[in-house]
Amino acid sequence: MDREKLVEVRDLRISATNDDGDIIPIVKGVSFNIHKGEVVALIGESGSGKTTISLASLAYTKPGLHFAGGELLIGGEDMLQAEPLRTRDIRGSKVAYLAQSAAATFNPAITIGEQVTESAVLHGILTQEQANKRAVELYRALELPDPDRIGIRYPHQVSGGQLQRLMAAMALCGKPDLMVLDEPTTALDVTTQIEVLKAFKKVIHEEDSAAIYVTHDLAVVAQIADYIVVLYGGEVMEQGTSDQIINNPTHAYTQRLMAAVRPKPQAGLGTAVGAEHEREIPAIKVRDMTAGYGGIVNGEPKVPILRDINVEVKNGHVVGVIGESGCGKSTLARVMAGLLPQARGSIKLDDEELEGDLRDRRLEQLQKIQFVFQMADTALNPKQVIGDIIGRPLEFYHGLKGKKKHAKVVEILEMVELPAEFASRYPMELSGGQKQRINMARSLAANPEVMLCDEVTSALDSIVGANVIKLLTALRDKTGVSFVFISHDLSTVASFADEIVVLYAGRVVEQGPTDEVLTPPYHPYTRLLISSVPELRIGWLEDTMKKREMAVGIAKNVEITSIGCPFFSRCPMGIEGTCEKQNPPVRELKMGHQIACHRTIEELEEVEIEVQRALHEDEHAADQGEEGTLH
Amino acid sequence: MTEQSPTTKEEAILAEIDSFAELPDAPPKRRIRLSWVGKLSVAIVVFWLIICVIGPSIAPFHEMDMDGDDGFLGYHANEYGTFILGTDYLGRDTLSRIIYGARNTIGISLASTVLAYLMGITLGILAAVKGGWIDMGISRVNDAILALPTIMLGLIAIAWLGSSIPVLIGTASIIYASSVFRIARALGQDIMVQDFVEAAKARGEGVWWVIRAEVLPNAAMPLATDFGLRLVFVVLFISSLSFLGLGVQPPASDWGSMVRENLQGLTYGSYASIWPAFAIATFTIAINLIVDDVSAKSGGSLATKMV
Repeated sequence: MDREKLVEVRDLRISATNDDGDIIPIVKGVSFNIHKGEVVALIGESGSGKTTISLASLAYTKPGLHFAGGELLIGGEDMLQAEPLRTRDIRGSKVAYLAQSAAATFNPAITIGEQVTESAVLHGILTQEQANKRAVELYRALELPDPDRIGIRYPHQVSGGQLQRLMAAMALCGKPDLMVLDEPTTALDVTTQIEVLKAFKKVIHEEDSAAIYVTHDLAVVAQIADYIVVLYGGEVMEQGTSDQIINNPTHAYTQRLMAAVRPKPQAGLGTAVGAEHEREIPAIKVRDMTAGYGGIVNGEPKVPILRDINVEVKNGHVVGVIGESGCGKSTLARVMAGLLPQARGSIKLDDEELEGDLRDRRLEQLQKIQFVFQMADTALNPKQVIGDIIGRPLEFYHGLKGKKKHAKVVEILEMVELPAEFASRYPMELSGGQKQRINMARSLAANPEVMLCDEVTSALDSIVGANVIKLLTALRDKTGVSFVFISHDLSTVASFADEIVVLYAGRVVEQGPTDEVLTPPYHPYTRLLISSVPELRIGWLEDTMKKREMAVGIAKNVEITSIGCPFFSRCPMGIEGTCEKQNPPVRELKMGHQIACHRTIEELEEVEIEVQRALHEDEHAADQGEEGTLH
Repeated sequence: MTEQSPTTKEEAILAEIDSFAELPDAPPKRRIRLSWVGKLSVAIVVFWLIICVIGPSIAPFHEMDMDGDDGFLGYHANEYGTFILGTDYLGRDTLSRIIYGARNTIGISLASTVLAYLMGITLGILAAVKGGWIDMGISRVNDAILALPTIMLGLIAIAWLGSSIPVLIGTASIIYASSVFRIARALGQDIMVQDFVEAAKARGEGVWWVIRAEVLPNAAMPLATDFGLRLVFVVLFISSLSFLGLGVQPPASDWGSMVRENLQGLTYGSYASIWPAFAIATFTIAINLIVDDVSAKSGGSLATKMV
């Protein structure tokens, strides 16, 4: 690239000082360049120093850190030497920052428009009127709905994906030379992520601004970055163009990162369960269950979350529950655990009716269903040592004490592949992945029949998360425990679950064996979910946007409806007059595969054939195009 | 750089990733190390506690002995002994009265604070754990106590029951239990919504387990630092009651009442009321400094929780 250099980072060093006054290097001599109009991605796992480096471009370090050497030049000016007053000028006008959580960035009490234009006006770059005009242009460029009037709304009046794009508008309003994007799509659902990525890419291209994109997600980086810097432990492992890094990584660490990228969800990924643990009676059987919050009035919850749910968890099977945030995945697990009594319907454990409230359940029933919480950080009592945390269920359910208890604790630690001396440590002294293992070990100690795992890998780095999944698979094979595995990540579920339940707005839209759910015919929503999972391939975003599901499906909010199909407003094949008025019939396919849709199976299959044909034509055209250039 | 070295470095990093997934070093245990101000404060507090225990045996005079040549005298000596800090309005040795008074002032305060804590924590955590009507009931009664000025409440209780040490301790403990209750309840509510408490509930644990094993250990540190502050308030409360003549009754000595008794001495240039005031100041400031030091060393998070 022969464009003008905008940012030069030379041998950047940042250190931390701990309580004892020791200096600990965090960033150990990092060098790279950013040219005008170029997006540079910093990738690495947590602790790699990627956020620290990106913040240095704002002449900022987190408290406790300091610049230890090197230089970071933006347009020839060294940010590390900037005086406090000068940094005020730089931030927001020369360099703009986009944080991970838009919801936490916006002030809920001020209108969006005011906040978007604030920094441009404050820095005297634009007058309020000019800024307002520019903001509307940006809203339009970012494809936000109703661009002329979205500015007078308050942050809670727009969706999460829209807020994320509005934050981009806020950053771009003052026409900064450089944008710093810190994991801007990590917290979003896959379908929302696509919409945000597309808008970011378009606006960065149109504004011709340079950007630092910080993320751990290689598949996302492949869509948006021109140049990639791979970091580990504050050092550059490898850097190069996106094409080179993604298609031809040379460093072993990069290769390891690539291997941890989850494959595209498809049939045949999972490990089919052996028949040895199977029994006639399902472990958990949920029938016509409706649940929600805010108390129950006339048999209906005030705020309904789940409606008419029918789910079965067979003995020794893994049932994956997927859906976007707010679809009721966690609520389903909470109802099964008795933490939230259902309003209607029944839950059976080993063909025995369970009380809705866990306080009315018998001890052995409680012991058989164990809940594993999402965040190991908060799910483990910080004041108890690991031995006590794991030992408590042993004592509580099985009456083990003293030496016997300790022996069992060691045995369980072994099962989750942790050394016995961990029994005397506090949770604070473990890494994130280890804490999650302890979290599961505690449930395992109860010797349960069913483990309800709520997003247990979501907060972990990809390599660590992959190890946890490996462990869960091994545990299932060894103990024959059934799992309800809740995740928003279809790839993870596909690689681990025997059956998949797809939830949308509190209803089951499709369920069945994993391989059946992930092969056509699909429910239109499942299809949208599958095609939204980013692939580690340059150009995937553009290809996907061509599909018609995307055009219809994204940029719409989920509506929870009491009658009709909840997906209707986003469905590309909805039948006007039917879908929004009647509940969809549940269509039975082979092997217990069910799809709840007004369209017949034949119609759904037909769509699939059409899509395949269109795809082939595209590929054909592309092939021809390539040949054309070659000759 | 040779061809060899990058490969070995790569291998080292991969080995590190694999080992990190299994066994990171345990971070050093966090210990609270006090600054020199903190250490000095601890010394002062320990000094006063020792005085409480052995006071009467080291005091040069008995607290009631009127052995001085006259009231409001400075340093002097006579046939009975040496009056290092002078005499009070009745010619009693000021130093001895301070030494005897430490027992009353610190003893009553400590007893009241401990009682206040027992009541406040039990009710506060119970309200947080149980919620609903129990929480509502206790909280409203508590609000009523908090709404009245502490000194007024003390005056009423003492006017009604008469002034004696048990009444003083009881009154002070009930008054201060109400503020302890509020802190304990707020802390408890914070902890009750944590996942580990939910995990305990999902396991089927009873209320007492949740309080004892899950909530109390996590509330202990902030409550312990608050204990120091509360103790100071009680010392000042007892002293101000004594100052009004409602606290420890003469001829028994107590730092607060000593300040009041000797106030008129100031006009004669006597320090008899300054010394007990100084004793109150050293004790309360030292405790405050310890609290500050501890909360600063634990990241300042305690300080914010205690307001």
